[in-house]
Amino acid sequence: MKYILMMNTMRAGAGVPLWPRADLQAHIAFMHSLNRDLRESGELVSAEGLSFPDQARLVRAGKDGVPVTDGVFPESKEFLAGFWIIDVDTPERAYAIAARVSAAPGPGGIPLNMPIEVRPVMSVPPPEML
Amino acid sequence: MNAASPRPWDETSDGLLRNLAPQVLGVVARRFRDFSEAEDAVQEAMLAAFRQWPREGIPENPRGWLIRVASRRLTDMMRSEMARRQRETAMTAEEEPTIEPAELETNMDPEDTLVLLFMCCHHALSTSSAIALTLRAVGGLTTAEIANAFMVPEATMAQRISRAKQSIKASKVPFRPPTPQEHRERLPAVLHVLYLIFNEGYASSIGAQLQRLDLAREAIRLTRSAKALLPEDAEIAGLLALMLLTNARRAARSGPHEELIPLDKQDRSLWDRSEIAEGTELLALAFSKGAIGLYQLQAAIAAVHDEAAHPEDTDWPQILALYELLQRVVPGPMVTLNHAIAAAMVHGPDRGLERLQALDNGERLAGHYRLDAVRGHLLEMLGDFEKAVHHYRAAAAGTTSIPEQNYLMTQAARLEEARKQPE
Amino acid sequence: MKYILLMSSTKAGVSGYHTWSQSDRDTHMQTLGAIVNELVETGEFVATQGLAQPKEAKVVRGEKNGLPVTDGVFPESKEFLLGYWIVDVAAPERAYAIAGQISAAPGPGGFPTNMPIEVRQFVDSGTAGN
Repeated sequence: MKYILMMNTMRAGAGVPLWPRADLQAHIAFMHSLNRDLRESGELVSAEGLSFPDQARLVRAGKDGVPVTDGVFPESKEFLAGFWIIDVDTPERAYAIAARVSAAPGPGGIPLNMPIEVRPVMSVPPPEML
Repeated sequence: MNAASPRPWDETSDGLLRNLAPQVLGVVARRFRDFSEAEDAVQEAMLAAFRQWPREGIPENPRGWLIRVASRRLTDMMRSEMARRQRETAMTAEEEPTIEPAELETNMDPEDTLVLLFMCCHHALSTSSAIALTLRAVGGLTTAEIANAFMVPEATMAQRISRAKQSIKASKVPFRPPTPQEHRERLPAVLHVLYLIFNEGYASSIGAQLQRLDLAREAIRLTRSAKALLPEDAEIAGLLALMLLTNARRAARSGPHEELIPLDKQDRSLWDRSEIAEGTELLALAFSKGAIGLYQLQAAIAAVHDEAAHPEDTDWPQILALYELLQRVVPGPMVTLNHAIAAAMVHGPDRGLERLQALDNGERLAGHYRLDAVRGHLLEMLGDFEKAVHHYRAAAAGTTSIPEQNYLMTQAARLEEARKQPE
Repeated sequence: MKYILLMSSTKAGVSGYHTWSQSDRDTHMQTLGAIVNELVETGEFVATQGLAQPKEAKVVRGEKNGLPVTDGVFPESKEFLLGYWIVDVAAPERAYAIAGQISAAPGPGGFPTNMPIEVRQFVDSGTAGN
């Protein structure tokens, strides 16, 4: 079963983290070893990071087919910061991995306890539809 | 021992097989006068070889084997095409194409690799298509390998390749060596494509894609064969030198957590001495040929860095002089940016910051994260940590590379600490 | 350059979708399918993924003992990711144009849904330059 683990940030918290160097390094090392572990266990499908929200654009179809782009978002909007797609045997395993992501160390090495949204991804269409 | 017995497959065989690809394609394309179909047939022959040779050994005449398999494939395709047409028009074919592998093989021309390179890097192709087709037709890589290297699905890469071939057909690029004038006009595009392949590989050599194909090595291999065919060209030699002198630092440029290590913090004992020696020698040879171009100058700068046993031994006045030359040959914001760093190293950070001001109004670079990164670095040299932190963070927010983002955030955090605890 | 095009909606928006007629839904999905085929043709397609319905979503946090704490309650205003497209294009304008096409996919009665599509650049695991 494939699941997506999404890490969201609010606009206010979306910038560069202002943490002490050692904490920053611990966080980077944590994420690195998490991805390595998932790759080695054969559960990682993909891990992707997104650029910071200030570069995000909202696009709608214009009347004449020309896209209308806008860079203004409501303050309350959640931005996707990154996601992992994993292929695991049970939803519990997906939740366990999400909990590990959630506990990534933050300032002072204290777990961030970030909320991670976990959802099954749609199964792929049968081959003749591809 | 039987002379005709196949040689065993070893770790060098891979490169041997790939080097044969453009030679085989040249023969087959010239004989059948259809580059696109011939290229598909050679790709199939390569795939067959990759399946068969590691198991059964390398045939006595590997090139002949590939030509035979590709030709057979092409004949089959033409036969079924003819049969289809006969069914449609109820006419009988006058003759079927016949292929004599022996005849084909005498048709070998070492220039073919070069002809193919000029075709695949033609300016009629989009950059991404040119890169894909060059890697497959000249580099002998499989579509799957190229797709994997660029992290796109195989179907997408196959489509880029087929579009590239359509562009070649539409622009009627002939399959023959370029005239001296075409050569002059089109060589820069060839070098640019090779340079981009190298950069793609070097940039992604940090990061966990261990199973990814080493594009930097592929670019070096392709440039090496281009250089062998055009030994008098100083810019090809310059490009090869640049690749070698840069690639030499590869083992030193990232740490255990894939963190970026800047030039002045690298463990220089990890630099590849033989690559540096080869690059330096090539460069000296290139300079002796007269005309000095973009790649030779960049290689010269890389060589000055590589020569320094310790960062403080770096001959910055020479680097500054080289950037001044580079600015005259290819003026541009990225050159100005690097020029500013060199100026700061020689004349102090004030002078570097002055030069950066010129870029604030330029549309192409204003707001670019690299401008912030360099400004942060120069402000740090100046001792203005507060402003430096601000620019490092702005740069971290703007980059689209994770190792670079991590590096810039760490720089900001380090300075923030230094600011709070003055010695 | 790789871009991700994100389609999101609230739970209310998703319930709305379920009130569409079957033929409107089919036309909508066929249009999205055609866009993907076109992207494969142009050599710009990287990946696409639909996500299971928001009611399947869980938010997970890591507890001190490392055990996952799951919760399925979200604020009504929360936007859920419905799906994404990853494209590899030569310029941001091209990514916006594709997002415009997706936004113009027909909805009820064949009128364009005009859904806002968020466009973000990907961050690479490699380094960009020198």
